[in-house]
Amino acid sequence: MVPAPLPVVLPLLVAAGMTAAGRRLSRRAADLTSILTAGATTALCAGLVVQSAHHYVVYWFGGWKPEHGIALGIAFVVGPFGAGLAGLAALLITLAHVYSWRYFEAVGTLYHVLMLVFLAAMAGFCLSGDVFNMFVFFELMSVSAFALTGYLIEESGPLQGALNFAITVSVAAFLMLSGIGLLYGRTGALNLAQIGDALAGKKPDGLVIAAFVLVSSGLLVKSASVPFHFWLADVESVAPNPVCAVFSGAMVTLGVYGVGRVYWAVFEGSLGSHRAEVRGVLLGLGVVTALLGGVMSLLQSQLKRLLAFSTIAHVGIAIIGLSLLSPLATAGAALYALAHGTAKASLFLSTGVLAHRFGTVWEDELHGRARRLRLAAALFALGALALSGLPPFGTFLSKGLIDDAARQASLGWVGGVTALASALTGAAVLRFAAHAFLGWGVPERGAPSPHEEEAETRGERWRTPAVMAVPACALLVLSAAITFVPGIGRGAESVAARFQDRGVYASQVLHVPAPIPAHHHLEPASPSASAVESGLGSSVLAVLLAAALVGRRRLPRGLGTRLAHVLRPHSSLLHSVHSGLVGDYVAWLVFGVAALGGLFALALR
Amino acid sequence: MSFLPYAVSVWLFLVGLYGIVSSRNLIHLIICLAVVQSSTYVLLLAIGYRTGAGAPVFAAVPLTTPAVDPVVQALTLTDVVVESTVVALLLAIAVQAHKRFGTLDPEELRSIRG
Repeated sequence: MVPAPLPVVLPLLVAAGMTAAGRRLSRRAADLTSILTAGATTALCAGLVVQSAHHYVVYWFGGWKPEHGIALGIAFVVGPFGAGLAGLAALLITLAHVYSWRYFEAVGTLYHVLMLVFLAAMAGFCLSGDVFNMFVFFELMSVSAFALTGYLIEESGPLQGALNFAITVSVAAFLMLSGIGLLYGRTGALNLAQIGDALAGKKPDGLVIAAFVLVSSGLLVKSASVPFHFWLADVESVAPNPVCAVFSGAMVTLGVYGVGRVYWAVFEGSLGSHRAEVRGVLLGLGVVTALLGGVMSLLQSQLKRLLAFSTIAHVGIAIIGLSLLSPLATAGAALYALAHGTAKASLFLSTGVLAHRFGTVWEDELHGRARRLRLAAALFALGALALSGLPPFGTFLSKGLIDDAARQASLGWVGGVTALASALTGAAVLRFAAHAFLGWGVPERGAPSPHEEEAETRGERWRTPAVMAVPACALLVLSAAITFVPGIGRGAESVAARFQDRGVYASQVLHVPAPIPAHHHLEPASPSASAVESGLGSSVLAVLLAAALVGRRRLPRGLGTRLAHVLRPHSSLLHSVHSGLVGDYVAWLVFGVAALGGLFALALR
Repeated sequence: MSFLPYAVSVWLFLVGLYGIVSSRNLIHLIICLAVVQSSTYVLLLAIGYRTGAGAPVFAAVPLTTPAVDPVVQALTLTDVVVESTVVALLLAIAVQAHKRFGTLDPEELRSIRG
């Protein structure tokens, strides 16, 4: 039996101890302590996944159990999705520390402390059963992430990234807090299950809709969905690579998880009568995010920014999965988060290998220089194919589940959107790899920004340490291994069915006489032939697109120039929208909240 | 219970956002963020307010005495702690920006875009 708060308490305590030890702790001792702590947290979360496989694990702090169905205390409510996501975060932090063993020349204990606090906050967010504690962990996670982004505080890039991140996400947190205030004012409760019970069965009025819009847009900012996505690209352009791996692999997914948790535990009873409308709005958001992220990713020539936009595209696919509101699609979204998170983290770690060797991650500067890095080339190519959904990477399996669910909801076109977004992001990485590792084609300077030295690591080196290559390989293997776990699709679907059942959630948390759990009829969810086909299709599309971009000088002249003529004004418009100014980002955020609010108000009336 | 505190809260939120969007100085921008957050204090305290009720301290009065809601006050206090962390971190970034680059204008600081 793993006590539910342990994955939060352990890293926090160790972080406090390391702060107290301060400079007395040698670099290697700090590295080792962090690896062991994060590794142990991973194991604890895995234990919680198993423990909560059939029943939520509920822990009341200080033994303040609910009386007559009224929650007096503060609870952790652990389900397999939450514990699994916390486990993914812990695993990525463990591997990031292993990787940092050789990656950073000089790094203070502060880095380790921040990473562990970040881990504790992410775990706390995933395990919390109380909406205000979700906000507190959201903020703790954000503050440690701001500091990690600006860790290289001597440069203007990290300063700008940290600033844009901090302002945008703080405004998002206040939106969420206002929503929480409205919910408390209406129901007098902060426990998710109890708010859900209080709202259940009532027609959604203005206040409930406003609270839903405020809370979910706060969380959507964290998940970097369009039009709230601007900060992520700035942050991941400048943050240290191992930190980016955790941001892209786990942190943005937490936002999507949060929307799902809050929707099904709190709002489902009230908004459930308008499923089609909720689905429509969220689906639109996911589609726009997936496509814009894919296109922007293709327009970048700085590798980290390219990967950041690719993350936005894949978050869009996960939001599409969530928006379909069926257990099958939610299972797909959860597995997609795992498969994409591991693959993207691997790509960021491989990016660090390039930065470590050549001191730059710009496409034109790397052109043809990385020819001898065969392992890194293979890691990039496989990572790109994993993003594009090539079987047997887990992305194809989980995308297949989402597509199947869309087809069941007679939204067959959704499959085309997810395939296109995967192909665009895969093509972007493949094009970069062909330029950097093979020296094919002529790279263009895409973005008008000045080049920044990658000062996390200094100068050129001749060798890549094994501790940097091993985590990247392990993550790719893990991303593919998901497919071979027997019955994983079916298992995730039954977990998703419980995740979506508000009655079961409320009764297991509050111990009120339970409504008989609805029986969910599950179709066997094995990798269907259509999933394999669509995965292969999007991978082939990615390869073709990358080949066309690399060899565009060899296209028939008329076609090439005409294409450039059509595309250039649009791409410069897209570039100018991503202005790098926090004021613009907050203006987009306000627009996004207003648009979501307007759409929901119209749809749910 | 009047609507005034709610109106004040919405006003603070919007005016703070306007400040953030239009600001050309990091210190001003950070204070605007603090203004946005103040709106959440007003909102939370307004939600817990009861006309004619006293402070939620029952040491010398019977338990049935009307009192304002202590939960939202605890939330507000947590919120204040959270804000001080965020603002302190942001001000540290602003100080660093000024030290290294001699400017507090976000436009002059930007090196990434597009």
